[in-house]
Amino acid sequence: MIASTARYHLVHETSYRYASPVSLSRQLLHLTPRESRWQRRLRHDILVSPAATGEHLREDCFGNPVRELTFEYPHDSLSVRAESIVEVLPHLPATVQSALERTSAGVPGYLENSPPWESVRDALAYGARPVLFEASRYQFESAYVRVKHQFAAYAAASFTPGRPVLAAVQALMSRIYNEFAFDPEATTVATPVATVLAEKKGVCQDFAHLMLSCLRSQGLAARYVSGYLLTQPPAGQPRLVGADASHAWVSVFCPELEGGRWVDFDPTNNLLPDTQHITLAWGRDFADVSPLRGVILGGDAHQPEVAVTVTPIV
Amino acid sequence: MRPSLLNSYPRDSDRFDEMLTASGEVRPAWRRFLAHIEGTSAEQMRHRCDYVRRRILDNGVSYNVYADPQGADRPWELDPLPWLLPPDEWQRVASAVGQRARLLNAILRDLYGAQELLREGRLPAALIFGHHNFLWPCQGIEPAGGTFLHLYAADLARSPDGRWWVIADRTQGPSGAGYALENRTIISSVFPDLFRDLHVQHLAFFFRQIQESLAHWAPRTGEAPLIVLLTPGPYNETYFEQAYLARYLGFPLVEGQDLTVRGDCVYLRTLTGLRRVHAIFRRLDDDYCDPLELRGDSALGIAGLLQAVRAGNVLVANALGSGLLESAALPGFLPGICEKLLGEPLAMPSVATWWCGEQAALEYSVAHLDRLVIKGAYPSQRFDPVFGNELQGDERQTMIARLRARPQAYVAQELVNFSQAPAWGLGKQRRLLPRGVGLRVFAVATPNGYLVMPGGLARVAAATNARVISMQRGGASKDTWVLTDQAVNTFSLLKHTIGQADLVRGGRRLSSRVVENLYWFGRYTERCDKTARMLRVALSRLVDSSADGEPVALAAIELCRSLNLLPLDDLAAGDPGVNMEPRQQVARAINGGESAHDLVADIRRLFWVATQVRERFSLDNWHALNRLQHQLQRYTTTTAANDGSEPADALAFLDQVLLVSSSLSGFAMDNMTRDDGWRLLIVGRRLERLVFLGNAIGHYLRLPDRCAADNLEWLLELTDSIITYRSRYMTQPQLLPTLDLLVLDESNPHAVAFQLQILIRYLGHLAHHLGEIPDETLAPILKTLQAFDFAGFENRYPVTTDKACRELATMLIDTSLAAKTLSDRLAMRYFSHVGEFSRQTFAS
Repeated sequence: MIASTARYHLVHETSYRYASPVSLSRQLLHLTPRESRWQRRLRHDILVSPAATGEHLREDCFGNPVRELTFEYPHDSLSVRAESIVEVLPHLPATVQSALERTSAGVPGYLENSPPWESVRDALAYGARPVLFEASRYQFESAYVRVKHQFAAYAAASFTPGRPVLAAVQALMSRIYNEFAFDPEATTVATPVATVLAEKKGVCQDFAHLMLSCLRSQGLAARYVSGYLLTQPPAGQPRLVGADASHAWVSVFCPELEGGRWVDFDPTNNLLPDTQHITLAWGRDFADVSPLRGVILGGDAHQPEVAVTVTPIV
Repeated sequence: MRPSLLNSYPRDSDRFDEMLTASGEVRPAWRRFLAHIEGTSAEQMRHRCDYVRRRILDNGVSYNVYADPQGADRPWELDPLPWLLPPDEWQRVASAVGQRARLLNAILRDLYGAQELLREGRLPAALIFGHHNFLWPCQGIEPAGGTFLHLYAADLARSPDGRWWVIADRTQGPSGAGYALENRTIISSVFPDLFRDLHVQHLAFFFRQIQESLAHWAPRTGEAPLIVLLTPGPYNETYFEQAYLARYLGFPLVEGQDLTVRGDCVYLRTLTGLRRVHAIFRRLDDDYCDPLELRGDSALGIAGLLQAVRAGNVLVANALGSGLLESAALPGFLPGICEKLLGEPLAMPSVATWWCGEQAALEYSVAHLDRLVIKGAYPSQRFDPVFGNELQGDERQTMIARLRARPQAYVAQELVNFSQAPAWGLGKQRRLLPRGVGLRVFAVATPNGYLVMPGGLARVAAATNARVISMQRGGASKDTWVLTDQAVNTFSLLKHTIGQADLVRGGRRLSSRVVENLYWFGRYTERCDKTARMLRVALSRLVDSSADGEPVALAAIELCRSLNLLPLDDLAAGDPGVNMEPRQQVARAINGGESAHDLVADIRRLFWVATQVRERFSLDNWHALNRLQHQLQRYTTTTAANDGSEPADALAFLDQVLLVSSSLSGFAMDNMTRDDGWRLLIVGRRLERLVFLGNAIGHYLRLPDRCAADNLEWLLELTDSIITYRSRYMTQPQLLPTLDLLVLDESNPHAVAFQLQILIRYLGHLAHHLGEIPDETLAPILKTLQAFDFAGFENRYPVTTDKACRELATMLIDTSLAAKTLSDRLAMRYFSHVGEFSRQTFAS
């Protein structure tokens, strides 16, 4: 299937109601969809209540737009509404669309035609040749991603000798999809990725971190992508507003790929993201790009309410 | 003549000897010193050792070892003999350390900037991007003057051929400079003449340069820059040193919660509001410094600090992200980088290091494991060094498998035989012992390049053959004497001209946390004093009890009970306190074991609050507190051993408590600056005394035998007013004059009215300073007391006396209650910041 350009209207709302007043608050927002070769931001606006005392817009070290807000007076609630119109193009340019045709094994041809995974690993190793610098920051441990023997061992079944790297990654993704249970109750933002591997359950963030740990433990470079997924409603039923949530997947570095060096994989849905995935930001893991990260003084117990609505514009 | 001390000093051909040449001659730099020691008697040396030990104990120089199950402060030893280094030798060391600081600074500048070193493959990306201390959010931030490393330290050792090697680099927030300073203060006074005559270089100039450099690179706002020392807090293993340095440098010692970021500037929360902070000299690891952008699980940092740094509104020294270079794998790459960045060869080699992430290095390490020590490549690994030659049987294969599984996480280092220097033997004989020594050398950035401290922290191995020298593994330290053939720089801080803008008046820079702790320090000092006094009164009466004395003792015990000092009746346990022997009850009131209400618990609270504001107190204060701590330890050990205590021991202990508390009061009056912090300390003391006096005199007046001279006598003793009474009245104590002295006499510092007067005055000052309305609680109470008709106490009609006693008792107990309420109100007004922590939030 050849994807075509899509347009979406996005609304991402977050609200905190604090049990006691917060006297000082700083919030770091990764809520502005970044632009990329396959994504354009047509309109974007962020509404905040109460009004911020200070605001900074900048680009973080991974190239994501980030907004820092401060609130220096007591307040007992906070709501942030990010609204965007985004255009998503097919990830592969038209010239290589033919590569999408499936092989006899049922996977897109460009996966099977990618270089052997060992050659990618060796190209990324130090001293082999000039460092593939762009990728190297996504190659090692980070706050949520571990480089450990157990992850390499889990990945090994998919990384058989000489296998094309993208085919191996796809096989790994399928195994995670099939062997792990989606369970929002099983984990929190603090659950270590080793626990996810042991318990075999979690949510999209956990699967992304797990897959990153496996890939980096194999010596590959892979990054965390934060974004949204358009969930297709069952035929004949209306789209449920607010049913969509923020989503996460991974992107793998493949040096010799025609038309782009990074390829996205979504282990939660076992598919290759294309025009149905909207990218918000990418980094080494969740900690780099969490949509709304903050530090507050006071406030007591608080649980944010988050609602994401993704509407296709026809 | 060859000193006889050398006869028993063994040589070791496998090591370099700092004092002796290969042929056994004393090196020139040591001759005079050794001759002096030779001419010193065993007794004199013992005195000097005792002096050193006492000074260390007194100063509370302690190094908390995390693994110590007791978690107790453990004083480490200081060898009285310094390590002597001749001028030419030092010149080479200093220049090499200066070069290394310059090099590491240039590396940081590259890694947080253009990253050419990585692009060109001069450094493996794994070592940088795989390092938890590479702080991505700091990428692209160039600190003032391009200076990342304001204070740098190198751990050096000398190999058998006499060459110096760098063992490790300290770039995060190097510790040890404060210990070096303290060692110097102590040892220079052990050998004052030698210190002068040998032309030992002084250290003060170096510390002064720290102050000047930080002020130089701090943002300018037209006021004297406020520089703070940021500590992780009293649980940190080098907290003592941080407090010591803060005091010496004149920087307020602050914790993360003392600081706040508003409008991209950093402020210190003080009693009088927010004060702009211009520079942060940090001892907190960089990844903990900002929970918003760095490690999210940190409660120690300052949210928004990074934004303030980015905006150029605060200097952080060392720069955030500089901990990155504390990697055991880095040194192997330095020679090439030095040529590239500085265009000169690396002056001092690092101990041979192989990063196993390179295939050839991995194979070499596996093949030569017996001669190597394996270390983690990243400090965050918490991996204890493994000595290849100690691996037994399977351990060796396991280690090799570990190396192969994740080679980039390990480095192999050559084992270094440390040089040896003489240490003083602590036995009866005069003896020099050979001990392995290593040296931590410090460099401070200045606008004209790096300045190296002429001296350093010499670390001494615990045993002759120890391969690891570390404070955490025991051992000792030495002063380091760098000799000069030129005039010694005896600069004084006063030489620097201070302009009007530089003038600093006390108080405005006090953090709210410090003020709160000072207040409680005042209260606990007084509480310990009064409790000890009351228990001493009771115990001494019990001890003296003859048939006549018993009612006196029982009255004193009765008052103790009314003041809730005695153990509570524990009916459930079938152990009613009343049935206990009174002596035993008093013993339990002093040390009740697990009880949180005994005197020992209050003394511990006193220590705790004192620790929280360690840097605010003079050393004399600490001497007093440390003495008390020792007494406390000795007393609790004795009572535990004897299953209860001898009254004589208890009385002696109470005397010590009173002695120390009166010293502490004296220091507070004499040695502390009269700022608002001091005012709150005094308010705390007076408030506590008011609470006590109100309760004690009030309840005394409810005793049946309140008019008995024997009882009045101990009441006067309890309130420390017996001398005044005797000198005034020359008779046995009577009720009316006693009450006049203890309640109304505004010239008696132990009278109720006196406390009220002082509190009204100081709270007035405080409110005036802070632009607030003074508290109105106390003035009416004083008026009512003054209006009380004391004629009722004239001993003519028992009925009127009884009535007067009842009314005054109520009035005094109410005063005590009002004082407690006032304390709560003060806490609300002045200390509301404390105990409120920032928390992190995430939303997906």
